[in-house]
Amino acid sequence: MRWGVITFPGSNDDVQAAYVLEHLLGESVVRLWHKDTALDGLDCVVLPGGFSYGDYLRCGAMARFSPIMRAVSEFAAAGRVVIGICNGFQILCEAGLLPGALVRNRDLAFICGRAHVRVEDAETMFTNRCRRGDVLDIPIKHGEGCYVADDATIRSLEAQRQIVLRYADAEGRVTQEANPNGSCSGIAGIRNARGNVFGMMPHPEHACERLVGGEDGRKFFLSVIAAGGMVSDPIASKVVSGP
Amino acid sequence: MGWLARVYVTPKQGVLDPQGKAVQQSLHALGYPEVGEVRIGKFIELQLAEVSRESAQTRVTEMCNRLLANGVIEDFRFTIDPES
Amino acid sequence: MRITVETALQHGLTADEYARIEAALQRTPTIEELGVFSVMWSEHCSYKSSRAYLRGLPTSGPRVLQGPGENAGALDVGDGLAVVFKIESHNHPSFVEPFQGAATGVGGILRDIFTMGARPIANLNSLRFGGIAHPRTAYLVGGVVGGIGHYGNCIGVATVGGEVAFDPGYDHNILVNAFTLGVVGSDRIFRARAEGVGNPVMYVGSKTGKDGIHGASLLASAEFDADSESKRPTVQVGDPFTEKLLLEACLALMSPAYSDHLVGIQDMGAAGLTSSSVEMAGRGGSGIDLDLSRVPLREQGMTPYDILLSESQERMLLVVHKGSEDVVRELFAKWDLDAAVIGHVTDTGRLRATWEGRQVVDMPIAPLTDGAPVYHRPAVEPSADDGAKLVLRELAEPRDYNQILLQLLESPNLCSREWVYRQYDTYVGGNTVVRPGSDAAVVRLDGTQKAVAMTLDCNSRLCLLDPYVGTVSAVAEAARNLAASGAEPIGVTNCLNFGSPEKPEVMWQFQQAIAGLRDACVAFGTPVVSGNVSFYNETEGRSIPPTPVIGMVGLLEDVGQHVTQWFKGEGDAIVLLGRNREELGGSEYLAVVHHQVRGTLPWIDLDIERRLIRSVLHATREGLLRSAHDVSEGGLAVALAECCITSESGPHLGAHIDELEGGIRADALLFGESHGRIIVSVRRRNLTRLREIARREDVVMTTIGEVRGHRLEINDLVDLPVTTIRERWRGALQRALAGSPGE
Repeated sequence: MRWGVITFPGSNDDVQAAYVLEHLLGESVVRLWHKDTALDGLDCVVLPGGFSYGDYLRCGAMARFSPIMRAVSEFAAAGRVVIGICNGFQILCEAGLLPGALVRNRDLAFICGRAHVRVEDAETMFTNRCRRGDVLDIPIKHGEGCYVADDATIRSLEAQRQIVLRYADAEGRVTQEANPNGSCSGIAGIRNARGNVFGMMPHPEHACERLVGGEDGRKFFLSVIAAGGMVSDPIASKVVSGP
Repeated sequence: MGWLARVYVTPKQGVLDPQGKAVQQSLHALGYPEVGEVRIGKFIELQLAEVSRESAQTRVTEMCNRLLANGVIEDFRFTIDPES
Repeated sequence: MRITVETALQHGLTADEYARIEAALQRTPTIEELGVFSVMWSEHCSYKSSRAYLRGLPTSGPRVLQGPGENAGALDVGDGLAVVFKIESHNHPSFVEPFQGAATGVGGILRDIFTMGARPIANLNSLRFGGIAHPRTAYLVGGVVGGIGHYGNCIGVATVGGEVAFDPGYDHNILVNAFTLGVVGSDRIFRARAEGVGNPVMYVGSKTGKDGIHGASLLASAEFDADSESKRPTVQVGDPFTEKLLLEACLALMSPAYSDHLVGIQDMGAAGLTSSSVEMAGRGGSGIDLDLSRVPLREQGMTPYDILLSESQERMLLVVHKGSEDVVRELFAKWDLDAAVIGHVTDTGRLRATWEGRQVVDMPIAPLTDGAPVYHRPAVEPSADDGAKLVLRELAEPRDYNQILLQLLESPNLCSREWVYRQYDTYVGGNTVVRPGSDAAVVRLDGTQKAVAMTLDCNSRLCLLDPYVGTVSAVAEAARNLAASGAEPIGVTNCLNFGSPEKPEVMWQFQQAIAGLRDACVAFGTPVVSGNVSFYNETEGRSIPPTPVIGMVGLLEDVGQHVTQWFKGEGDAIVLLGRNREELGGSEYLAVVHHQVRGTLPWIDLDIERRLIRSVLHATREGLLRSAHDVSEGGLAVALAECCITSESGPHLGAHIDELEGGIRADALLFGESHGRIIVSVRRRNLTRLREIARREDVVMTTIGEVRGHRLEINDLVDLPVTTIRERWRGALQRALAGSPGE
């Protein structure tokens, strides 16, 4: 597969995402600059973590107006795969490619540590290498990772099986204590209704080597590779409208 | 002469505002039990070049909708005055 | 404006110094020139009270590519790579405005590192606050930790370790020392030199505002008083986003594709444009002409004086080859940064500056750099205080050692720092092998099998009781921390935090600390390649305890051989390397349990330390060690508890210790802080081999017990469930901070 990794001014985990895909997984990677305008020939685009535009105003608020974001929207509309990690997830929400928003953590402080996330749906192109209910150990590091959306949106996310990951304890129980940032309904990662755009707060790219961060994060990238960049979920693919 | 727009961005009703909650608790602890709900938002000043007031009004609304506020979580209001 | 000796005094200069200025210029200085002298001759920039002593430190060695004198020191680590590192203080700004003060401290040290062409890969910091119950402590801790996290997280450099200590001696003068390490090709280190007559001088980064004027000369070079709060407006505000852009743009300029355009590069730190241009011209043996009207400004109404002295953050000064201006401008434009030509290099040996066509500065550079004053200030040993003696037999031994151990583990200086480092991005960069919470941080060097280990250490209580032994102990502890992580110590940086050098007893502490630093670094073969002196850490006449913070860097040839402090497997043998002595002087136990800071410091023998470290490293290279942990604050019992509880993801294994002998008092055995001890755990079958290694180095080795179950049992003195210990230790800092009133 051909992957694109976008660098916005202030992106920090762009290098790591590219390193994982290229050096650990042997994929072909194109590094993209936020002023680029085309995504020709790519199968999947990654919006990495970091502090685009210093997180000034709101996380992701300014990056969504970067020139490349028009191409990303078209890419998503054409059914190609878009993954947003941490700041990338925030940008996708700001851009309206995913519903809801990410706001300041419940305890108001930046948190860095390990989090357990439960796979809520293993039939997505991002999780097909997992089983439903699997608990993955992935680092988190964010100050604004509390997912919020109104009740109708949350109901609709549930109904359309768009909630992909929830924070859980090591045994897979979704509890307040296991929820590091106060996210609605424990949400750690969601996809759009069509199933080709995915955002998650934890950092799978920092969990791809045993020596640094563990290996649970590989599963997300391997799932996309296994799916060949094609939407395979029969339920999701029936839904064609909106995010 | 231009305009000075003062934009107030506040968390939408019903959206949890942990900052506001923390400040409320601190104010109570400092001896201000009369403080009810606290909501913390942003205050933004924009200097605008000379255009008509109506045009300034329209364009600031647009700026708020597109960038300055996120409609999912925030409300906004603003005032426009001649720049002194 | 008429310049007189009074004007000079208001600038913090002495009458003598003013006379030297007039002699150097052979006329009365302009106000701008006086401003330049005052900052360049400030303690912070000139090291006038410390320079004479610093010359005695060992600074050379086979790995040293750059010793003191540049922005940071550099060591060759093989594979064509060098590590560049330094530690610097930002004490006073952090006390005045903790969030921004600490943030800009991180920003400043990062610039020192990437100025040399190195990509920063790790931040550490050493923080000292007042007593945990002091009304300002919680506010200061929250602000400082928040500021460090804000800057480091946003710029994307992992904060991987450091130390946090509480002591009423810092109630009115906290210490914030920031360390950064970067990596660069060993033949691609850039230096801050202005050379080549006619070469343009370029300014890049943020615009200049009035922030921080006289920050270095006044805030960092004079003691604190009640007005310090009102100095708040001079504190700078950090913009990590702009620094991230500056970092990427500068590293691109120093990459092979562009570096032919660049002559020299220097960040504008303390004393801003003035010190960067003076230092670059001084090192290059050249001169610089500046047109201050061309400096990008943020505010209206700025004077040439303001522009010369501003300490606005995130700015760099470049000297590029004539004709390269457009290439450099384009490169910075990619990162949305302005680059402006503001002057050129001359061969006059002078700094000259004009403003709107008028000459405002025309002064020789030599008196500002090498010709700055050097003071040999009087040093007097304080008279011996009989109250400092400790008579052990008068000290009652506790009955319940379980309670004492728990009390120590939840005391502010020994409890978990998780609440602090949870706010730091420890993962970014993708190379963090050992995160905070073990003896030293270990970070892999990209593209190699190697890793660096880093630690910051100082026990200021020991330094207060005996600054020489205290400093030797800090260096030894740092070396043990590295060895316990599997790394060979290779170099040192230091941040020497002291009171006023004008006090003879402070000068004596300083002298003693330097002597200790010298002797210990010679013994370990670890050259001092960079450092920082911070004097005037006092408030209303009271000095802080002497605090020479040691930053030590170690090298692992094979990252796979790194070792962490926690126990790994049931049934492993627990081994103590080193000897227990009946020493309680200056211990945490004495302070926390008996509320006493006194006694003779534990005896230290650098030869024993060296042999201990060699044997641990030898065992590491043979892959024998499952865990290793230095015994320091809190003594053996606390160290053993830490081996049980500090693993982040578990399992948290217990220990059964039944062969611990010493023939000494139980409290000294459990909590004494004798040096030269490391606890390791090994598989039973490797005990014989470990014993051979220890014997060859003449290190005392005792198998004291084994990793077993879920309780910590030490002889018949301690018996506690590991979960209880972990709970009490883990949340203690947050509980203590929440309990103090705050602001």
